[in-house]
Amino acid sequence: MSELLLPPEHRYAKIIKERLNEDGSELSILNLGPTHPATHGIFQNILLMDGERILEAEPTIGYIHRAFEKIAENRPFYQITPLTDRMNYCSSPINNMGWWMTLEKLLNIEVPKRAQYLRVIIMELARITDHLICNSILGVDTGAYTGFLYVFQFREKVYEIYEEICGARLTTNMGRIGGFERDWSPKAFELLDTFLVEFPVAWKEFENLFERNRIFIDRTVNVGAITAEKAMAYGFTGPNLRAAGVDYDVRVAQPYSSYDDFEFNVPVGKSGDTYDRFCVRNAEVWESISIIRQALAKMPEGNEYHANVPDYYLPPKEDVYNNMESLIYHFKIVMGEVPVPVAEIYHPVEGGNGELGFYLVTDGSRTPYRLHFRRPCFIYYQAYPEMIKGALLSDAIVILSSLNVIAGELDA
Amino acid sequence: MALENTAIQDKLIATFGEAVYNFQQERDIFSFEINADQNKAIILFLKNDPELRFHFLTDLCGIHYPDSDVDEQFAVVYHLHNWYENKRIKIKAFLNGEKPEIKTISNIFLSSNWMERETFDFYGVDFIGHPQLKRILNMDEMISHPMRKEFPMEDGGRTDKDDRFFGRTVDNC
Repeated sequence: MSELLLPPEHRYAKIIKERLNEDGSELSILNLGPTHPATHGIFQNILLMDGERILEAEPTIGYIHRAFEKIAENRPFYQITPLTDRMNYCSSPINNMGWWMTLEKLLNIEVPKRAQYLRVIIMELARITDHLICNSILGVDTGAYTGFLYVFQFREKVYEIYEEICGARLTTNMGRIGGFERDWSPKAFELLDTFLVEFPVAWKEFENLFERNRIFIDRTVNVGAITAEKAMAYGFTGPNLRAAGVDYDVRVAQPYSSYDDFEFNVPVGKSGDTYDRFCVRNAEVWESISIIRQALAKMPEGNEYHANVPDYYLPPKEDVYNNMESLIYHFKIVMGEVPVPVAEIYHPVEGGNGELGFYLVTDGSRTPYRLHFRRPCFIYYQAYPEMIKGALLSDAIVILSSLNVIAGELDA
Repeated sequence: MALENTAIQDKLIATFGEAVYNFQQERDIFSFEINADQNKAIILFLKNDPELRFHFLTDLCGIHYPDSDVDEQFAVVYHLHNWYENKRIKIKAFLNGEKPEIKTISNIFLSSNWMERETFDFYGVDFIGHPQLKRILNMDEMISHPMRKEFPMEDGGRTDKDDRFFGRTVDNC
C-alpha cells in the first residue's frame, strides 16, 4: 500500500497489517472522492475494502466550507438570503422563504394570505425540483440515463417560473421581509399552468420507468436500509426519515405559511432502504403538485404580495426617487438604523431533504449576533459510514445519491 | 393532552434542584438554562422520562459572549423536540471563557457527534468524552477557532473600507 495515500499511523494501515485473509488476499484502501462524477458533489470517503465489500468508511467533509455563519454575523438581515441560496441549491426558494419567515417571527410581522399562498407555491415547486433531481440522478447512478434526461427539462421549466418571479434561476435570492419584492406577473401564472398540465404526465412516465423495473429494484431494494430508531438517533428528518416509516413533517407538525389550509398526505415508507426513499420522494412530488393546485384554487383575490411594513420592506425604486417617506425608509433600511428586538428565535421549515432550521440570536443591532443553520444533510450524513458498511462499492454510490446529500448544505 | 411548560419545569426542579433555572417561554419555544456540569444527566432525564420523552435532538450549537463574566463567555445550546406531544425546548449551558468544557452527549444522541465536532471546530469548546473530537469543516492545520467574536472576518490591514460610513461600529459588525 502506498504511503502517499495513507500515513502509516492511520488506523486502517494497522488493520491491514494485522488482518490476513485465508486465501492470502489482503484488504485494500480506496479513496472515494473528493471529486468524482458519481458522487455529485465534493465528498471524500476513505474506504477500507475487502475485495468489492466495504468494511469501514471514514468521511471527510468541509471541502466547500464558506463560513456562512461567520459572514452572516457581519451582514445586515436582508443581505443574508444570498447565503441561504447557496446551502441547498437544488431548492433555494425554500431556504429563502425560511429565512424571511424567521425574520417575520422575530419582528412579529403578519404576512397577507395571498403572499403566504404564493410562498407555498414557490416552496412546493422547489421541493419538486429537489426531488426530481435526486430521483432522476439515482436513476443515472443505477445506469438509467433516459429518465433523467426526460424529466430534467421540467426543472428548466420551473427555473423559467423562478426567472419570471425574481429574475434569477438557481440562486434565487427571492422575496423580502413580509412577502415578495414584486407581484407575480401574468406570465408566471401562465408558465405555472402549463407546468401543471405537462409535468404530471412526464412524472407518471418517469415513475413507470422505474417503479417496477427489475434492474432498478435489484439495485435498490434492501440497499442502505436504516431502521426508524437508528434514523431518529442519527437525526434524520425529511424524506429519508419518512422512508423509514416515521411520519414527521414540519409542514404538519408546525405549520408555517398557511400549510394548514391545504389537504395533503405525508407519504411514508417501511424499510428505510434506497427503494423506499425513492418511492417516498415520488409520492411527495404528487402531493406537492396537489398543494400547488389547491393554492392556486384558493388564492385570495387582489394583488397583495407583501405586508405593509415600511420599516423593513424596501420601497420601490421610483418611490425612493420621488417620495420623501420612501427615501427615508430606504435610507434607514440600507444603513441599518431600524431597530430589531433582542430575542432568540428558532424557526424550522420542511426543506427538500429535511428540517431546515434557523436559530437566530439578535442583540438589537443591524446584524445577527449569532445565526446557526440547522442543515439536515450535515446531521444525517453522519450515518453514511454505518449505512454502507458491508455494502458493495456500487451500492455506496447509490446510497449516497438516494440520501440527497447536497455538498453546499453539508459544508455551509 | 399537551405537555405543559409547568409540568416540565416542576419535574426538572424536583430532580435537579438549582441546576436548572431561568425558565421562560421565548416566543414559541420553552427555554431554560442549566449548569454545564449536569448537562448529560439532565438531557438523559429529558429523553428517558416516560412523560417528558424529548427523544429527538434537533440542533446543537455554540455561542460566544466575550463581554460577559468569565464564567459565562461561551454557551452551548441544545434544541430538543418531543414528537409525541410536538413540544420543543431550548436548553442553554454557559461555559467558562478560559477553559470551555462540557460533557459530550454523543452517547445519548448519535446525531450530536458531528454537531459537537462543529462546535469544537468553531468555538474550541471541549466536549469531554467525545469519541473523535477533531475539526470537521475547517482544515486540521488551523489553530484558531473562527466563530469566536475576536476572530476578524476580513484582513485587518485593509484601508479601502471605512466602516463608519456604513452604519457599522466596532460593536455591531
